Amino acid sequence: MRRGVLKALPAVLLAAVALGAWELYVDLGGVDPALLPPPHAVAAALWDNADLLWHNFTITAEEVMLGLGLALIGGFALGVAIHFSPLLRRAAYPHAVGSQAVPIAVIAAPLVFWWGFGIFPKLFVIALICFFPVVVTTVDGLAAVDPDQLKLLRTLDASRWQAFRFAELPAALPAALSGARIALAVGVIGAFIAETSTATTGPYAGLGHEIMADLNSLQAPREYAATAVLFLFAIACFYTLTVAERRLAPWTTRPGGDSR
Amino acid sequence: MGAVSLSGVSRTYAQERATGQTRTRRGTGTTGNPERAVRALADVSLHADRGEVLAVVGPSGCGKTTLLELICGLQSPDAGTVRSEPAALMPQRDLLLPWLSAVDNAALALRIAKRPRAQARERASALFAELGLAGFEEAHPHKLSGGMRQRVAFVRTLLSGKPVLCLDEPFGALDAITRAEMQGWLARALAREPRTVVLVTHDVEEAVLLADRVAVLCARPGRVVAELEIALPRPRARTDPAVVALRERALIALGLGGDS
Repeated sequence: MRRGVLKALPAVLLAAVALGAWELYVDLGGVDPALLPPPHAVAAALWDNADLLWHNFTITAEEVMLGLGLALIGGFALGVAIHFSPLLRRAAYPHAVGSQAVPIAVIAAPLVFWWGFGIFPKLFVIALICFFPVVVTTVDGLAAVDPDQLKLLRTLDASRWQAFRFAELPAALPAALSGARIALAVGVIGAFIAETSTATTGPYAGLGHEIMADLNSLQAPREYAATAVLFLFAIACFYTLTVAERRLAPWTTRPGGDSR
Repeated sequence: MGAVSLSGVSRTYAQERATGQTRTRRGTGTTGNPERAVRALADVSLHADRGEVLAVVGPSGCGKTTLLELICGLQSPDAGTVRSEPAALMPQRDLLLPWLSAVDNAALALRIAKRPRAQARERASALFAELGLAGFEEAHPHKLSGGMRQRVAFVRTLLSGKPVLCLDEPFGALDAITRAEMQGWLARALAREPRTVVLVTHDVEEAVLLADRVAVLCARPGRVVAELEIALPRPRARTDPAVVALRERALIALGLGGDS
């Protein structure tokens, strides 16, 4: 536990220095606090609006978790399918790349038309934003298996499926998990995009929605407080997945080789 | 009736040079550039009787690995015929799967043959005790020494249940002391559980200590230049004058005759 605290210390110190500089900059009149609220005002807003922020956080967190789950399942499945089918690779890969360039606002209207104001259009948007790194890392991970390893399995009479199950799948797992961590980092901003680009019922529907509302009503401190929650959420997600990766693929973590 | 027999076997690779690396590609001169073609084996005839240990020695580039892959059915000859009972390959690199424990690696062939996991592990564990690997069943490969990894790889080859074992420089990567230990250990293992063995090595002494017969290959193209019967009782000592004399004969066949 003490080691964990020590490991987090550099990040905490950096945050303290950055927040201190920010505070000084605003206090010394560098910028209008209405445009850039000082950290102490943000902290006060965080405290005063804790219930509201928590409520919106749970909505956003649910979206991110489910959207990311969809992206991981879909991205991994597509990666595996592409690995097995060169035809599918040629057919689908370019479109998967292209899909990353589609502005969400463009497809928001039909999504809402099909699925209404609920959570489904948002999940789709998050999954669309997140799935790509999972596909790429899965495809690359599966292709990076030692060919001699596959040769060996052939001499042991392994079927195609068994070669996948015993060699390719576990070999690709660390790469796919790295893809998942990238997906997670963009998943949080994906939730913001999803909430702000698809219409929602009710006034409080996620942190992204709240940030946009505060932006329009000049509630800068609360807007920043909500952003801080997103910031911390992304960090928490990322390191949770890093821990999960160590459990799922322990052979990739050599003693002393922790570079994260 | 030979368990393994090759007659008049030739194998040619088309070689391409790209970005400073030499890669070999399967093919029979289809590039139409005969100067770039590398003949790995030229008119090689060899056989091993059931239960016989045939050692193949030669300098690097004499097509030893190609020879084993032909016997294991991983390649086909361009000319000549290869006949062999089902053969299992123990590759030069141990190629243990890093995500499986030692005992699961050893039991891989049984798992591929759809035996229940517990039963497969039990059979592998029984051999672990015999081969001085007891206590390391659950260790992952990166925790094992080079000699132990080779032994696990050998158990995996043995448990494939195939009548022919193809060993590709099994101790080439080990230090001299470990290698001597492993040679003694392999001799005992084969005495206990006789198999037809094709042992490829660049170590002439190893060949004379372990084999019933030694085939000496020369390089580029690989051709058989001598065959020596090793009709000596086992276990053999490397200081035995008969062993020394045969080693000398093999070295002369390789064009490396000692002091003469």
